[in-house]
Amino acid sequence: MDLMMILQILDSAMRLATPLLFACLAGLVSERAGVFDIGLEGKILASAFMSASVAYFSGSVWIGLLGGVAASVFLALIHGVASITFRGNQLISGVAINFLASGTTVVIGESWFGLGGRTEQLVGAARFQEITLPFAETLQNVPVLGPIYYELISGHSILVYVGLAAVVGTWWVLFRTRFGLRLRAVGENPESVDTAGVNVIRLRYMAVLIAGVLCGLAGVYLATGLAAGFVKEMSAGRGFIALAAMIFAKWRPGYALLACLLFGLLEALGNRFQNIDILGVHVPVQFMQALPYILTVVILAGFVGKAIPPRAGGQPYVKER
Amino acid sequence: MDKMPKWVDIILIPFINLLLALAVSGLVVLYIGESPVEAMKIMVKGAVGSTYGWGYTLYYATNFIFTGLAVAVAFQARLFNIGGEGQAAIGGLGTALVCLALPWPHWALALPVAIVGGALFGAAWAAIPAYLQAKRGSHIVITTIMFNYIASAVMVYLLVDVIKKKGSMNPETARFPEGTFLPSAYEMAGWVGLSFSRSAPLNITFFIALLCCVLVYLLIWHTRLGYEIRSFGNSDSAARYAGIGAVRITVITMLISGGLAGLMGINAVMGDAERLVTDPVQGAGFVGIAVALMGRSHPPGVLIAGILFGMLYQGGGELEFEIPAVSREMILVIQGLVILFTGALDNMVRIPVEKLFQRIRKGAA
Repeated sequence: MDLMMILQILDSAMRLATPLLFACLAGLVSERAGVFDIGLEGKILASAFMSASVAYFSGSVWIGLLGGVAASVFLALIHGVASITFRGNQLISGVAINFLASGTTVVIGESWFGLGGRTEQLVGAARFQEITLPFAETLQNVPVLGPIYYELISGHSILVYVGLAAVVGTWWVLFRTRFGLRLRAVGENPESVDTAGVNVIRLRYMAVLIAGVLCGLAGVYLATGLAAGFVKEMSAGRGFIALAAMIFAKWRPGYALLACLLFGLLEALGNRFQNIDILGVHVPVQFMQALPYILTVVILAGFVGKAIPPRAGGQPYVKER
Repeated sequence: MDKMPKWVDIILIPFINLLLALAVSGLVVLYIGESPVEAMKIMVKGAVGSTYGWGYTLYYATNFIFTGLAVAVAFQARLFNIGGEGQAAIGGLGTALVCLALPWPHWALALPVAIVGGALFGAAWAAIPAYLQAKRGSHIVITTIMFNYIASAVMVYLLVDVIKKKGSMNPETARFPEGTFLPSAYEMAGWVGLSFSRSAPLNITFFIALLCCVLVYLLIWHTRLGYEIRSFGNSDSAARYAGIGAVRITVITMLISGGLAGLMGINAVMGDAERLVTDPVQGAGFVGIAVALMGRSHPPGVLIAGILFGMLYQGGGELEFEIPAVSREMILVIQGLVILFTGALDNMVRIPVEKLFQRIRKGAA
């Protein structure tokens, strides 16, 4: 395995980690405010479908992005109404959203495109193109660092860089602003926030909506950056893997990036080595494909230390009278 | 606060929820340019308009009763088992292994062993998430979902590489020996001199599903274990204080739940396909969630909701056939809406209805 191959795998890991990263940050913001979000998967799917469709009809991936984010925010609002306003079970609401998304994307997609749940192939400006960072080509021939810069750091679509920026942004908002402090407090002890005269309901809605936007970006990148169009069930469990990454990262943005990169790497390895032999034993391709799911269970099993969720997570807030 | 009459809680509110879900589904049908009324007519006629329709409706219902009971039992202990899909697939594997193991002389001998095989395999698939939840606090919702994905990889691997029928292009096992074929509704109707559609897949497993409803009812409300499960669900700290072991109850409840889901294999694999394919479950595990929510996690409720969803599936199939513009995934939309309205948005209906009844009471007093 030479440097080039390692770089290609890492490059692919970076791409595959990006949708996970957006979804993971979405879950993180929502859960920090005390609202569980099992519906990440559905929001990714709805956004992927809507962004691909809108990008196809408008010919512009940026309008597609707006469409995708709008779809995700719409589902986030349903989740908010169900779990904040009507104090329903947050897990059940999330599951409902997942079903709604996998159903409507195909039903509406079939009616718009008639391709069995796929959208038309996206070309040109309807997709996010890879951008080459400054000097990447001129520096390409510098030993070691040149290829690293050219292959790994440069040459991604803009959303990959947005994803990295979102990690910093989420950290800054959560840990360096008054809003973030209140948001975290709402997830730990909503009564005290309420006593301080801050509106718990409003804060939780804000968190759920931010999660909607972030999760929307995950879907947009999936359909218009990573792939060239929407395919039925293309989210393939990423919403749940993102949740596992979030728990692995113990609800901290920086570690979320590392966790998502790990899952991205795993998927990249699974794609690259469909057929491998380890110590003379043939590893079936299905095992490689199931590896991210197996690792998710291993991580959740807490072989990596105890993860303590926000204390008020999953509980609707009832104001005392 | 005055309590509402019981029938409002268990009949009226779920009914209003269902109507809301259907109304929104109707809007979706309207959006894609078809008539919701026409669609409804086709669905009802397709589901219950003939013995053929009933044969499919009740066949699907059998699947959903098993998976619905599985989710319901877990709900009683406040465990959310989303892994019915994987547990049912692995249960189907267990059933298939039993059927293929011996040249069974008669179905009456094969059936009990297949039931044990299916239930054991399903339970085994639920055991790891249960143990991890109980011992390590791993979120059972996520682990059971992951086990669904892992189950599907296992099924594909086994059927492509290990137990595939020799010389077959498709990933499926050989056909089961004839001694495992369960009596179909057509044959059973013949025993009592009635006629029934020959091609419908409904079979004797339906009665096993009914029996399971009774057994689950007895378990939950008339045994010590059921009492422990319910108290654990109501308050795990109180249950622990009363000496009920959290680990024990979590694991036992999930084993029962997985076992019930595993029994679905009897209907789909042994009763209908008579061979094992890579996805014998076809989403029925997820339907179980909607069924359990609509049925308020009570066996009679699960039975009714299961039949209702059976109608929905059979009617939905006919709908796709009659109006190709409405694809089969419409069922998923309706399913999602039912879960949303009966599960998550329950208070949206409940609170106004409660207020209404309070006012009526005051007026009467």
